[in-house]
Amino acid sequence: MAILEVNNIGKQFESTKVLDDVSFSLEEGNALAIIGSSGSGKTTLLRCLNFLETPDRGSIIVKGETLFDASMPVKEQGKDLRTKRLHFGMVFQSFNLFPQYTALENVTLSEKLLAKEKPDFKQNKKEIYTQIEKHGVELLDQMGLADRMTHYPHQLSGGQQQRVAIARALALKPDILCFDEPTSALDPELTGEVLKVIRGLADQKTTMIIVTHEMAFARDVSDQLIFMDDGVIVEQGDPRQVIDHPREERTKQFLTRYAQG
Amino acid sequence: MFWSVTQSLLGGLLTTFQIFIFTLLFALPLGLVLAFGSISKFRPLRYLIQVLVWIIRGTPLMLQLIIIFYGPGLWLGHNIWSGNEAGRITATVVAFSINYACYFSVIFRGGIEGVPAGQREAGQVLGMTKTQIFFRITLLQMVKRVVPPMSNEIITLVKDTSLARIIAAYELTFAGYSFMKSNGLTWPLFYTGVFYLIFVGILTLLFNYIERRLDYFR
Repeated sequence: MAILEVNNIGKQFESTKVLDDVSFSLEEGNALAIIGSSGSGKTTLLRCLNFLETPDRGSIIVKGETLFDASMPVKEQGKDLRTKRLHFGMVFQSFNLFPQYTALENVTLSEKLLAKEKPDFKQNKKEIYTQIEKHGVELLDQMGLADRMTHYPHQLSGGQQQRVAIARALALKPDILCFDEPTSALDPELTGEVLKVIRGLADQKTTMIIVTHEMAFARDVSDQLIFMDDGVIVEQGDPRQVIDHPREERTKQFLTRYAQG
Repeated sequence: MFWSVTQSLLGGLLTTFQIFIFTLLFALPLGLVLAFGSISKFRPLRYLIQVLVWIIRGTPLMLQLIIIFYGPGLWLGHNIWSGNEAGRITATVVAFSINYACYFSVIFRGGIEGVPAGQREAGQVLGMTKTQIFFRITLLQMVKRVVPPMSNEIITLVKDTSLARIIAAYELTFAGYSFMKSNGLTWPLFYTGVFYLIFVGILTLLFNYIERRLDYFR
């Protein structure tokens, strides 16, 4: 069974249809890449999955549990929003690290706050925190940032900041990790280090959705690819198939424009 | 003479200080509440606060003080402030708190809106509650942004306390002025300037310290 099922998602801002009847599913351990020009609805789709936007139509099902269904009463939709969000992790285009916290604090903050809700928190506070710190150190180490733990975001390069952001998103062990154009805000020479980390996560069979403009990367890393245009999925399937042999005219046009730069 | 004047002025300074500190104590949280109200999704509340801020910023503080102090006696038929010094100081603090809360609210609103939406969103996707997002993420970034404009307002407040003379609260300027009437001495009034300068000097050092302490992040 698919870990994620997205059915007929629709979203409208004022009179503009941003998403229209978007459906797809994702298997556990797979990476899904979403490509398409700016304004095609890719980012809005990710934001819907993370409950930063509420879809007008459709449903979102994770591990068989319906997290969202537009036909549910509004009150029901907003229930346990925090818990629902935790199924997804989000890496933003502009990193959005918390500037007043060190790299390690950025990674551990949410875990520490959630730990407070555990029934045994008061008795085992010290051990729980030590455990969380250890986990944070491991994650940053995995991102190749062992020597940057106590740095503040402004002391880090864009690539380093984005890697901290990835560690932060991984800290809560989300079922599905979402990337919203993770390298678009980076200088070209810094994209490599971030892509390498994401590639590493794909090798470890992390379930991911990656919105990206890096065609070659999408083609190599993803197991499944979606091309979006004007809020609809134009074509989806095997990444090599879609990028090398697109069937739809709109996909062809987009890829040609892209190849021309 | 110099010594007895100094003592007298120190007495006035105490009142000035009381007005200052209590106004801050009430106006800071009230300003934050008004700031939240002014960005609320509930329109009537937003409009109400906009009108309040317009009235308060649009009329002289001295006039507001007179209305607060004499208004109840004139229009409600009984004076709610006791006629002694404590009553005058209380009335002053009430008028000042309302006035300064309005100015603060505008500064706070700017501070809150200045924190990028991405900061709140990052907190949301990490499963934080609204309260956690405000206290753990937004607040400190907001404080950093509002320190310079707030220091301006707070320094203005020090000198605005002299307006309390209009309702005969015995604050620093009134203390200095009274020597002119009773002894024909003019220098005590000018001497009060030294007290204000020292007061503001200490505040300036304090604000510099806070700015330096918040310099570790950007």
